[in-house]
Amino acid sequence: MNMSRRQRLQLVRGGIYALTIAALALLIISVDWGALGGALFKWEVVQKQFPDILTSALRNTIIFTIFGFIGGLSLGLLLAIMRLSKSKPYRWFAATYIEILRGIPLLVTLLILGFGIPIATGWSWPNPYVQGAVPLALVAGAYIAETVRAGIEAVPRGQMEAARSLGMSYTRAMVTVIIPQAFRIIVPPLTNEFVLLIKDTSLISVLGVTERTLDLARFGRNGVNDSANATPLVVAGLVYLALTIPLTQLAAWMERRSKVGRR
Amino acid sequence: MSEPLVELRQLHKSFGDNHVLRGIDLTVAKGEVLCIIGPSGSGKSTLLRCVNMLEQPTGGQVFVAGVELTHRDCDIDKARRATGMVFQQFNLFSHLSVRDNITISLRKVLKMKSTDANARADALLNRVGLADKASAYPAQLSGGQQQRVAIARALAMEPSVMLFDEATSALDPELVGDVLGVMRELAEEGMTMLVVTHEMGFARNVADRVIFMDGGVIVEEGKPAQVINEPREERTKKFLANVLEN
Repeated sequence: MNMSRRQRLQLVRGGIYALTIAALALLIISVDWGALGGALFKWEVVQKQFPDILTSALRNTIIFTIFGFIGGLSLGLLLAIMRLSKSKPYRWFAATYIEILRGIPLLVTLLILGFGIPIATGWSWPNPYVQGAVPLALVAGAYIAETVRAGIEAVPRGQMEAARSLGMSYTRAMVTVIIPQAFRIIVPPLTNEFVLLIKDTSLISVLGVTERTLDLARFGRNGVNDSANATPLVVAGLVYLALTIPLTQLAAWMERRSKVGRR
Repeated sequence: MSEPLVELRQLHKSFGDNHVLRGIDLTVAKGEVLCIIGPSGSGKSTLLRCVNMLEQPTGGQVFVAGVELTHRDCDIDKARRATGMVFQQFNLFSHLSVRDNITISLRKVLKMKSTDANARADALLNRVGLADKASAYPAQLSGGQQQRVAIARALAMEPSVMLFDEATSALDPELVGDVLGVMRELAEEGMTMLVVTHEMGFARNVADRVIFMDGGVIVEEGKPAQVINEPREERTKKFLANVLEN
């Protein structure tokens, strides 16, 4: 039988669709939806999560994220400028810092700084918020530094030359001309860093938290222990999504807009 | 033609193995308009960029308004205020309005008050024929308008010499005239200018002196009528034949 290339493609595509639908149908029939719903989304357990999941757990997650981000952004900016500096020791320091902190899993860094340092030195963290937010900011700074550096390098060279030709010092030109333009370029990737940070706060609870400083993830996990049901984790997941989806959409929108703006 | 405003002594510049400037001696008097012509790669842009030290010379001395910019104790940020530069690609600050492009160095470098800086900006915009564009952003302007803003921005610092680095080369042909017009007015007002250009008409009509560069040296210099109409050197003749053909 002779078929054109187009007909053969259509046949293959139709076959793939049919198989996918069949597999989904099989899944839907074979799963015990009642039991699954009871274990993952039990209404009484859902209700029990509120209002604490918002007034306490969500609040703590936001506190960790914001302090982590502000700290990370300041540190990232500093590291990016050091990496682009003419001074070799600065460049070397920044590059080493970034490599190390990006190369170690956040969980390990959290444990080293949160537990290891106090054990080694006898010094103790002033409070659980600081204990969680500082390591988070130190790691975020390493990632943000690379984003900021890419932004600074994306600003055309002529901008620095024009600024210098007007009598601005290197630092003055950086602050008034280069960095403001770099930030316009990196707002979308920075928003994505912020989303990553929201999710990373879920690791802070390994440091052991008080009732007062429970974040969303730990709150969900404790809820599972209390109710012998997985519903609290599902609810916590949904609250994360309520935070992250608007932000990723915002980042995507800004990215599209900046592409239109730049010719 | 009185005191020299710009003086280059035995200027050398290398990029790695590439010896771009091979011993340039040049003086430009106050009020003089000097056009620098030559094939691409001849070193003319590098020469201009050495005058305000955007390129660090590898040898020789640069004097502007009596200050040696190549001296190791020279405060280069301060010394650069004596020169204003206009670039081929305009290089306006894209995040700032036209007015702020002009006032930013006044406010941040000279610490001038905003009202005074704005007044100076508006006067300069008037002068380059763009008074109605003060609030626009660079991306909203044509290339010719952007370049006129760039000239106003450089003039705001009240430099004693203006450096034009192929200021019209990136423009659509119909926009070149406006920019050359502003440059011509500036010359007529007595501004000292070093102009790297391919516009032979401008060089012929406006320049007091023309130098022809090739291979990192000054091959020929003189009055524009002499260099452009009756070149003595073979290389100059060949270059001009190519340029004027088009």
